[in-house]
Amino acid sequence: MAAKKPTVAVYKFSSCDGCQLSLLNLEDELLDLAGAVDIAYFLEASRAVKPGPYDIALVEGSVTTPHEIERIREIREDARFVIALGTCATSGGIQALRNFADAEEYARAVYDHPEYLEYLNTATPISETIKVDLEIWGCPVNKHLVLECIAALLQNRKPNLPQYSVCLECKRRGAVCVLVAHGTPCLGPVTQAGCGAICPANGRGCYGCFGPWPQGNFDSLVPTLTATERFPGETHLLLRNFNAHAPAFRKAAEAALTVGKK
Amino acid sequence: MTSLLPQSAPPTAGHPGKLIQPDWAEIVRITPETEGISTFWLRFIDPQVRERYHFQPGQFNMLYLPGYGESAISMSSDPEDEERLVAHTIRFVGTVTKNIGRLKVGDVIGVRGPFGTSWPMKQIEGRDLVLACGGIGLPPLRPAIYHIIRNREKYGKVTLLYGARTPKDLMYPDEHEEWQRHDIHMEISVDRGDENWDGRVGVVPMWFYNFRIDPRNTAVLTCGPEIMIRFVIYEGLARRIPAERIFVSLERNMKCGQGSCGHCQIGPYFICKDGPVFPFSVLQRYVNVEEY
Amino acid sequence: MLDITISRGTTVALSKAEFDLLLADLRENGYQTVGPRVQDESIVYADIQTLADLPRGVQTEQEAGHFRLMRGASNNYFDFIPAADSWKKFLFPPRVDLLTVRKGKGWEYVETETATPRYALVGVRGCELAAIEIQDKIFIRPDFYDPTYRLRREGLFIIAVNCLHPAGTCFCTSMGTGPKVQGSYDLCLTELDDVFLVEIGSELGRSLLSKRKYDLPSAFVQNIANQRLARAVQEMGRSLDTRDLPGLLTEPENLEAARWDEVAKRCLSCGNCTQVCPTCFCWDATDSVNLSATQASRTRVWDSCFNPAYSYVFGGNTRPTIRARYRQWLTHKFGAWKEQFGTLGCTGCGRCITWCPAKIDHVAEIAALREEVNS
Repeated sequence: MAAKKPTVAVYKFSSCDGCQLSLLNLEDELLDLAGAVDIAYFLEASRAVKPGPYDIALVEGSVTTPHEIERIREIREDARFVIALGTCATSGGIQALRNFADAEEYARAVYDHPEYLEYLNTATPISETIKVDLEIWGCPVNKHLVLECIAALLQNRKPNLPQYSVCLECKRRGAVCVLVAHGTPCLGPVTQAGCGAICPANGRGCYGCFGPWPQGNFDSLVPTLTATERFPGETHLLLRNFNAHAPAFRKAAEAALTVGKK
Repeated sequence: MTSLLPQSAPPTAGHPGKLIQPDWAEIVRITPETEGISTFWLRFIDPQVRERYHFQPGQFNMLYLPGYGESAISMSSDPEDEERLVAHTIRFVGTVTKNIGRLKVGDVIGVRGPFGTSWPMKQIEGRDLVLACGGIGLPPLRPAIYHIIRNREKYGKVTLLYGARTPKDLMYPDEHEEWQRHDIHMEISVDRGDENWDGRVGVVPMWFYNFRIDPRNTAVLTCGPEIMIRFVIYEGLARRIPAERIFVSLERNMKCGQGSCGHCQIGPYFICKDGPVFPFSVLQRYVNVEEY
Repeated sequence: MLDITISRGTTVALSKAEFDLLLADLRENGYQTVGPRVQDESIVYADIQTLADLPRGVQTEQEAGHFRLMRGASNNYFDFIPAADSWKKFLFPPRVDLLTVRKGKGWEYVETETATPRYALVGVRGCELAAIEIQDKIFIRPDFYDPTYRLRREGLFIIAVNCLHPAGTCFCTSMGTGPKVQGSYDLCLTELDDVFLVEIGSELGRSLLSKRKYDLPSAFVQNIANQRLARAVQEMGRSLDTRDLPGLLTEPENLEAARWDEVAKRCLSCGNCTQVCPTCFCWDATDSVNLSATQASRTRVWDSCFNPAYSYVFGGNTRPTIRARYRQWLTHKFGAWKEQFGTLGCTGCGRCITWCPAKIDHVAEIAALREEVNS
């Protein structure tokens, strides 16, 4: 059974590097990981690069430049299995706010010489450019879930990812519902679990960084939130956040404006 | 709590002092049946467990593959197997079963059981029997067939209606002759034939029209896809076989096998402990409730 | 000198300072004392050492989807009702490691010794004690028991408390579980301004109490307690007509009522109601494994019938819609439960109403269903 270890490559697109750091933060498990796979390309960790093709490509970040479109296509051709890592890669990330605005105006506001920039008007998830085999959501990702996904790939099984909303893990850890007890707006009921309900457990509302829960009932939560807004448009802004470009949040954010006006 | 239903005996494999802790069994034989389905013959490693473990036709075990989880699978072998082996005929569809499919002879898996109610072999003695099954519904009935063969004089006319998708999907073909020799009348059919198939094409409930049924003295045992079960029940009831003599084996998500985790409930019943085999009379009221 | 012999059924008056000593005695005898505490602008059950840890002078304002702490009129310790979470987490913990196996020749169990904690629950309400007794029927049966639950339950010391200030979502009178505590406790308190009236429910309770300084309450004091309890019955926030239960929720034609579609539009399927419910017992076993697949574990976690994966079988979900899941929960709790365990699954604590982010009032839902099917 001395099969060759599967090779893993880690790539960065437009992102803050936080998800790659989550990988490095594995610490206790990192040795285990290095024993199970051959980390062939991971510039954040090491300059040593082994040539492709690779078995698994972990891609962090969203696609925001023409060059990135070309790069991600090459990565797809070079990898058997592509995993989109983190919210930028799965839904565009915070930079996808430009999708709702004038990107040129943003560029002018930030750079002295925007004419040297080559960028797209949108920030989009990896899956809008290439076929992605698995998406791991989160800003940043939960390192344990990343490890679980890699383990599942190596062991030929479906990764054990939660299928419920944040509420269930919030209650399992004994946190008090911030929406009910404090009136704090919280996206927990429509957000995919996986984070461990960190924010509600610390008295903050969930801001949906793990992405929309596919079964979430937005039609019910949006009016509930707009009814108790602390300032007009609060619900809209909550949904226009790290996952603004995710279709379910996009739709709900628009609905929040109409419901709010009523 | 439910007086209508027989009580299932406590499991003999697994540790009562620990929740869902299985005993280990070695795979001693693997028989490929059809595409994606094999029979795994297990022998408990602990001789004491091997000695005390008995199951009734229709009961199931929870099979544990470390790292992947547990899956509820009916036994498909003779409860009185001379080698004390326990067989499960497994279709490789879920995470657990797909990976059981990758195991080899000599590998070890965890077993808890037996769980649930059984085909009421004692209660239906003296009756004509119709065993109606489709696809993976035959394996849970096979222990009942062995029991009938061993006690053939205790039962009247026995008819096995068995359907598969294609001729290649028919299971246990080597045994069919033996079953027929013991005066089990078989009506085998497929959804789609091939160039060599000269048997019946159609669905299982259709074959109720092919033989005479004495409703006063017939019991039906059925297992298979839900839609097939539904129509078998209709055909049975249409022939005025009373609902309490139509026995159905059901499937649901199960985690514990002991009526504790809650997953397998339908109405007041825990399928893992009050079932999987139910007289249709107790399910009747829920059968038309959608998504119940 | 008065002759004070106490036995089961005796009620004594115990000063609050003496009660603190009683808590200390419990801890000295190996009990972990847990009770209500203010936490996260709410009340949860957690470790307590003395009465000072309790929410003094605090009342709660509770409505569907609404919970706020309020300053009460008195300086009493048990004026709030009830806590955000329930006692079930001590007997049926939200997470339990079930087993770990290591690959050797076959698979071997990695034995881990876990000591069973001995809890003394301080401040168990009538509805909550009834809920524990309902879970007893689920987890300790002649044909099966859950070892974690049973060991913890057998060692449990219960200090119950009669409710004097029911919350807006309370309906224990409808379910016959309160506000006066029924069921088996070791000691039961009624809190007056400067003393606890303590009723002895067990030998263990008597033995513990016998070490403390107490008085026998006068008729006057007893009468005040009785009057306050009677007032609590009047102040109950909600009431549920149970006369047609469980039938209303088990009749097949009622399962197809239009009301289910209506409530499904509002239900978030978040499962909060099931998690805060003191009787909900569903669990899941989750698997984890190391990268080299040489060591694997199984963990038990609370599950919920609102979790879509709960009813998933190969080929599909038997309850694919929120309508089906909400209906399962309500018809189980107020319907099928009766046939399974001989009682309804609800004790009227009202948590499912208070903690529903969508403000669904299940008492009102039952009334609406009744109205629809009877019209």
